[in-house]
Amino acid sequence: MSKEELLKKRYRAEKRFKFYGLTSVILAILFVLFLVNVIFSKGKGAFSRTTISVEVDFNTEKLELKNNPTNEEIQDTDFYDLSIESLLNVYKTKGLKEEKDLIRIFSPDYEIEIKNFIIENKGFLNKTAIIELTASDDIDQLNKGNYPRHLPEERRRISDFQLLIYDKLVEDNKIQKAFNTFLFTNGDSRDPELAGVGGSLLGSFFTIIVTLLLSFPIAILASIYLEEFAPKNRITDFIEININNLAAVPSIVFGLLGLGILLGTFDFPRSTPLVAGITLALMTLPRIIIPCRASLKAVPPSIREGALAVGASKVQSVTHHVVPLAIPGTLSGTIIGLAQALGETAPLILIGMVAFVVDLPSSPVDPSASLPVQVYLWSEQAERGFVEKTSATIMILLTFLITMNAFAVYLRQKFERRWS
Amino acid sequence: MNLAILLLIVLFSTSCFFFGRKKIINITAANKIRMNALPDYYGYYLALWCAIPAVLILAFWTVFEPTIIKAFIINNITSSNLKEFNSDELNLIYQQIKALYLGNFTGTLTEEIRRGAENYKSFLSIAEGSKIVILISIVIVTTLYSYKKLINNNKAREDVEKIFKAVLFTCSLVAILTTIGIIFSLLFESIKFFTTINIFDFLFGTSWSPQRAFVRDATTITPEEYNELKDAFGSVPLFAGTAFIAFIAMIVAVPIGLFSGIYLAEYASKKVRKYSKPIIEILAGIPTVVYGFFAALTVGPFFREFGERFGLEVSSESALAAGLVMGVMIIPYVSSLSDDVINAVPQSLRDGSYAVGATKSETIKKVVIPAALPGIVGSVLLAVSRAIGETMIVVMAAGLAARLTINPLESTTTITTQIVMILIGDQEFDSPKTQSAFALGLTLFFATLILNYIALRFVKKYREKYE
Repeated sequence: MSKEELLKKRYRAEKRFKFYGLTSVILAILFVLFLVNVIFSKGKGAFSRTTISVEVDFNTEKLELKNNPTNEEIQDTDFYDLSIESLLNVYKTKGLKEEKDLIRIFSPDYEIEIKNFIIENKGFLNKTAIIELTASDDIDQLNKGNYPRHLPEERRRISDFQLLIYDKLVEDNKIQKAFNTFLFTNGDSRDPELAGVGGSLLGSFFTIIVTLLLSFPIAILASIYLEEFAPKNRITDFIEININNLAAVPSIVFGLLGLGILLGTFDFPRSTPLVAGITLALMTLPRIIIPCRASLKAVPPSIREGALAVGASKVQSVTHHVVPLAIPGTLSGTIIGLAQALGETAPLILIGMVAFVVDLPSSPVDPSASLPVQVYLWSEQAERGFVEKTSATIMILLTFLITMNAFAVYLRQKFERRWS
Repeated sequence: MNLAILLLIVLFSTSCFFFGRKKIINITAANKIRMNALPDYYGYYLALWCAIPAVLILAFWTVFEPTIIKAFIINNITSSNLKEFNSDELNLIYQQIKALYLGNFTGTLTEEIRRGAENYKSFLSIAEGSKIVILISIVIVTTLYSYKKLINNNKAREDVEKIFKAVLFTCSLVAILTTIGIIFSLLFESIKFFTTINIFDFLFGTSWSPQRAFVRDATTITPEEYNELKDAFGSVPLFAGTAFIAFIAMIVAVPIGLFSGIYLAEYASKKVRKYSKPIIEILAGIPTVVYGFFAALTVGPFFREFGERFGLEVSSESALAAGLVMGVMIIPYVSSLSDDVINAVPQSLRDGSYAVGATKSETIKKVVIPAALPGIVGSVLLAVSRAIGETMIVVMAAGLAARLTINPLESTTTITTQIVMILIGDQEFDSPKTQSAFALGLTLFFATLILNYIALRFVKKYREKYE
């Protein structure tokens, strides 16, 4: 092989190598885009819901209501007959089966929705009102174009008769799309069109607050000790080895710790944000200590020496000078740690946060779900509506994570001082 | 209640702070002397003495009160009844008593539960009362004691700083306590498990099906029963499945991660680096449950359809799908760690290589990578330890059936999947099935511990080399 050929070969190898590198970077970025795209295209449907306009005649005599009833009186009244009658007026039906089919295009909470409407709009008593009632999951999916209506009847959950009603309603402009407030206000439900992340949002909120209150002070104090006061001895070494190892222990092991100690030995309440918060705090602690120490270390020794030189004690030099300078770095480390804790699922499953909870929690000791666990729970459901609900929950979760991380980056860039 | 007490303690100690400070200012003004420490420190001294003992006692009380009351209640039930209860039944009765007290009781009300609830109520009120009395007396005693010491104390600052350092030290001990807690809780249940199932049968058995394991009484197991039982708890298929999925993940993550790390460190312009690095790191910030959902909903079905087209039978919960997605998750760990490691190689090594006429890729392959090898090995080992401890992806996408297979198109199961599947929902304590999850957790803990230890050693050695 001549010299020129060899050189050409070497240059080709060079180009190839560079190409491999570039391909890997592009591949990794494509993965991110693909993942985000899949989640967003699946999840955006969940932010709207389908409603059907229904005419309801609020005749007080039929309802056996007095004139000017109070909210409690309306609440105690039976609206069932009125609701059924109004629903059946939507389309002409023959026989029990068709009636059932007609009622099934509505979400099962129609009676409550009608009741809530009249409580909020008492002026419609003895009048006829047009109410937007939530459609069932199947109609909702059909309206969003996700339902395979060309399948033969026995293979779909919507009957031909229901399709007929649907088409007629579309023709009459009685099917509307509205922003899905249920998604943010409701708790979990067996019916996808009624299920919301309200409960798990609150659960996650309480969990993160507990985690923050426990992990931040302990982490910052521990890192001050290790960075500023710890003597070089075996105990210090042992603590450091422990912290480094704990940071890499799989999260599920912390779940076992929570289950064994908090629930098993100390009898803490199951499925609650309190236990979840403590478990996650133990998990995040080493992950916060490491960046906290780094930002304390970044403060130059001249600051400490200056303070000592004018007669401050060691504690004073640390608390008055070093720690305030390190605060932005510690805060951003903490926020990133908390963002990781917010997305953690496995330990929460072990401490029982997978329970089906309909009610919204009002304190950290109420049983509740949390956002990532809600993703897991809904992903196991077979209904079509839950797929988009799951993706929407992921979108909400990712929004929180991105906001937290962006805030951490902002803090670092805005307040951190470069010492050179 | 506890919150109110805590608030009161905080309020009282804050007022102590102002009181102590004022007192010292008055003394110095009246006697025309100067104290060794600033007045603030006398305030802190009083406040800390007032708050710390009370808060500690309150914390201990809160943590141990339920356990002690439970012991009392259970003791009452067993002593007043002729009937023998086992621990599960006692736990159930205790739960019912608590539910009755809280007003959300469902089920049939028996005499002992009703009596238990009354007892529970009285115990609670006794505990509450004595707690308040003890706390008030503690606060009074410590405040008086420290107040007496305060006036003749010339070293308030030293004392306050000592307390401060002690608090710092205690906080750093939490890490050790956590480790001890993990080992203790895992060992405790595992030892119980290993008294029923021989540890060697657990580690080397090749059949895993804990749902088949019904044990009526763990103390009397006949040899035939044991033979059947040990076939339910042989964990080799789980180890194999875990290793297999981690292997697939590494096949994806190591080349892509390593090459992108090299590209970002050696080739990329500053601008490309600035934008592409954070984007790749997004992959590390996405919660694993999202990957699990992605694997189960998109990747798994895609492989199944793809396989069907070529006449292959692909399970929709295949090891391939789970491993692939896990590999994507791990890419940033490999890439950013190896990026750092490569950046730490001194420029002089590269310059030497260029000087003898090597091209850039030759320099990277022959000089930079060998020099950075310990660091790269360390980062790959850390990535492996992440892969075997990863839970949600495999729970959602890898399947439940434990079988020994090296076909990536079949479903396999892992250690973490089985832990979750055993412990999800209500579980009975003291059954080998539940305990086996802790034994698996112990195995996982030690496996990752050893991997991390080796990895950190590699990285540390490498750092020392170029410092």
